[in-house]
Amino acid sequence: MSDLTSADKEKLLAELLESINQHSFAPDVAHVEIHGNQVLNKNLVEGLLVESETIEDGVKVHIRVKRGVTLKNPVNFCFGLIPDNGVQRIITDTVIEEGASAKFIANCTFPNAVNVQHLMNATIEIQKGATLSYFERHTHGPEGGVTIVPVTRVRVHEDGRFSTEFELIKGAAGGIELDYAAEVDANATVDMKTRVFGRSADRVHIKEAAHLAGPGSTGVLTSHIALKNTASATIENELVADAPYARGHVDCKEIVQDDAKARAIPIVQVNNHLAHVTHEAAIGSVDSKQLETLLSRGLTEDQATDMIIQGLLS
Amino acid sequence: MNLLEIRNLTLIKDNRPILNNLSMDIWAGHVHAIIGPNGAGKSTLANTIMGLSGYREFEGDILLERESIAPLSVDERARRGITLLFQEPARFEGLGVMQFILAGATVKSRATAEEALIKVGLAPEKYLKRAVDKTLSGGERKRIELASIYAMKPRLVLMDEPDSGVDIDSVKYIFAIIKELRKSGSTVILITHSPEVLRHADHAFLICAGTLVDKGDMTSMFDYFNGKCVPCEHVGQPVADSAAQMLTTAVNLQ
Repeated sequence: MSDLTSADKEKLLAELLESINQHSFAPDVAHVEIHGNQVLNKNLVEGLLVESETIEDGVKVHIRVKRGVTLKNPVNFCFGLIPDNGVQRIITDTVIEEGASAKFIANCTFPNAVNVQHLMNATIEIQKGATLSYFERHTHGPEGGVTIVPVTRVRVHEDGRFSTEFELIKGAAGGIELDYAAEVDANATVDMKTRVFGRSADRVHIKEAAHLAGPGSTGVLTSHIALKNTASATIENELVADAPYARGHVDCKEIVQDDAKARAIPIVQVNNHLAHVTHEAAIGSVDSKQLETLLSRGLTEDQATDMIIQGLLS
Repeated sequence: MNLLEIRNLTLIKDNRPILNNLSMDIWAGHVHAIIGPNGAGKSTLANTIMGLSGYREFEGDILLERESIAPLSVDERARRGITLLFQEPARFEGLGVMQFILAGATVKSRATAEEALIKVGLAPEKYLKRAVDKTLSGGERKRIELASIYAMKPRLVLMDEPDSGVDIDSVKYIFAIIKELRKSGSTVILITHSPEVLRHADHAFLICAGTLVDKGDMTSMFDYFNGKCVPCEHVGQPVADSAAQMLTTAVNLQ
C-alpha cells in the first residue's frame, strides 16, 4: 500500500467518504482519513495535534488537544478498508490536556468486507478538568466478514469527563470483541454506551468496565443490543466503586429474536460504604405492551418490532 | 346506526367467566361509557374488542359494521379503525415522540404531530425532541398516547381509564380530545369510574361480574351506579344467568 499514487489516494478517499455518506467538510472542521496503513488526508485546527506513523499492517496515531483549548467542531476520523480482505491495525494514543474539551467522531467503514480484521488499541488520558466525547460508528457490508477488536484503556483525572458511544447498526456486525476499561479519579465522570444490532451469524462480545477510584466519581455503563437470526452476544459490564460518594449504574438491555442467543454478566462491586452502584438488565423478546400499543395503531408485527428496536438502538 | 355489535360475548379465564353472555350495541359517532365496580370486566371487554393477546378465545361475536372481527389480529383491527388508549401507557426507550405519534397517523407529517401535541396541551418545541421513555411522567405519556390516537383519526376509540395518572390540570385536555374525536365522527367507548369522565358520555352501560346489568342515559346510569351499586361478594363470580337475577346479587339495596 506504500506505493499508492496520489490518484490512487484520491480514489480511495472518495470511496471511503462515499461509504459513510460524507462528501466534504467545512475548512474549520478537523478531519483525518486513514485507509489500511495509509493516511490519505488530514486537516487540523488550532490546538489539535495529530501525528501519524505507518506500521506494517496499520497506523500509529498520536492525538493531543492542547491545554485549555475547546475545539468548536467535532474532529472527524475515518478508518477503513475498501478491498474485501486485509488487516487494519490502528494504535492510538490520545491526551486531552488540562481544561481542554473536544468531541471526536470516528467512522469505521468496511463496505465490501469478506475477510477483514480491524484491530484498534487505544489509550486515552483525560487530564484534570478536561472533557472528551468519543463517538464511533461502524458501517459494514451485508456479508459481515469483519472482525473488530477495539481495546481501549482510559484514565480520567480529577474533574474530567469522558463519554463514549460505540454504534454498529448498519450492515452485519461480523465478529466484535470490544473491551473498554476506565480508571476514574475524584469527581470525574465516565459514560460508556454500546449499541449493536447483530444479524445472521454475528458474534458479539462486549466488555465495559469502570473503576470508580476517586471520591465523588461517577460511571454509567450502558449496553443496548438487538439480535436476530442466529447471532449471539455476551455482555460483561463491570463497575467497581472504591471511594466515598462514588456513584454508578449499569444498564444492559438485549432484545432477542429468532434463534439468537444473549448472555449478560454484570458485576457491580462496592468497597466503600458511602458509595452506591445500581444495576438493571433485561434480556428477552420485544416487550408485549410496547408491541401491542404499536399494533393497535395499525403497524404490522414486523413494523412494530423494527420501530421498538430502532428506538432501543437510537 | 350501530358501528359495533357485541353478541353474547363470554370470555373465560382460569375457569372463571370474566365476560358472561354480554351483548351491547355501540352507536356510530356517539360517546359511550362502560361503568361498573372493580373486577366487573370493563377492561377485559376493551381488550377483547381490541383483540389483545390472552383475549382472543371467546364465545359469541364482535361485529364491526355487521362483519365479524373475531378472526382479525390486533393490527388488522387497528387498520379497520379500532384503537385502544391503554390504562398504563407503555414506555419506549429511545423512540422519539414524533415517530410514536406518527406511527399510526393518517397523515405522516411534522404538522400532524405538532397539532396532536397542541391538542393535548403539550408544547411541540419541547416534546418533539424527547423520547417516549421513563423521563416522561405517567401523565405526559398518557397525553402523548392520546395525541397518537388523535393523529390516527380512528373510527372507534376504546379508552381505558383515560384520566388515571393524569393531574387535574391536564384532565381538561383529555376531555377536549374526546370532544374533538366525536366532532370528527369517531365513536368513543370510555372505561371509567370517574364522574368527571362520565359527564362526557352520551350513554352508559353498567356491567357487573361480566354481565350487562343496565343501560341508559348517562345521568340515570351514574346515579344508579353511584347510589346503589357497591362491591359485593359476587363480583367476578356470576351466579345467575339473567340480568334481573344478576341485579339482585350485584346491587346492595341497603
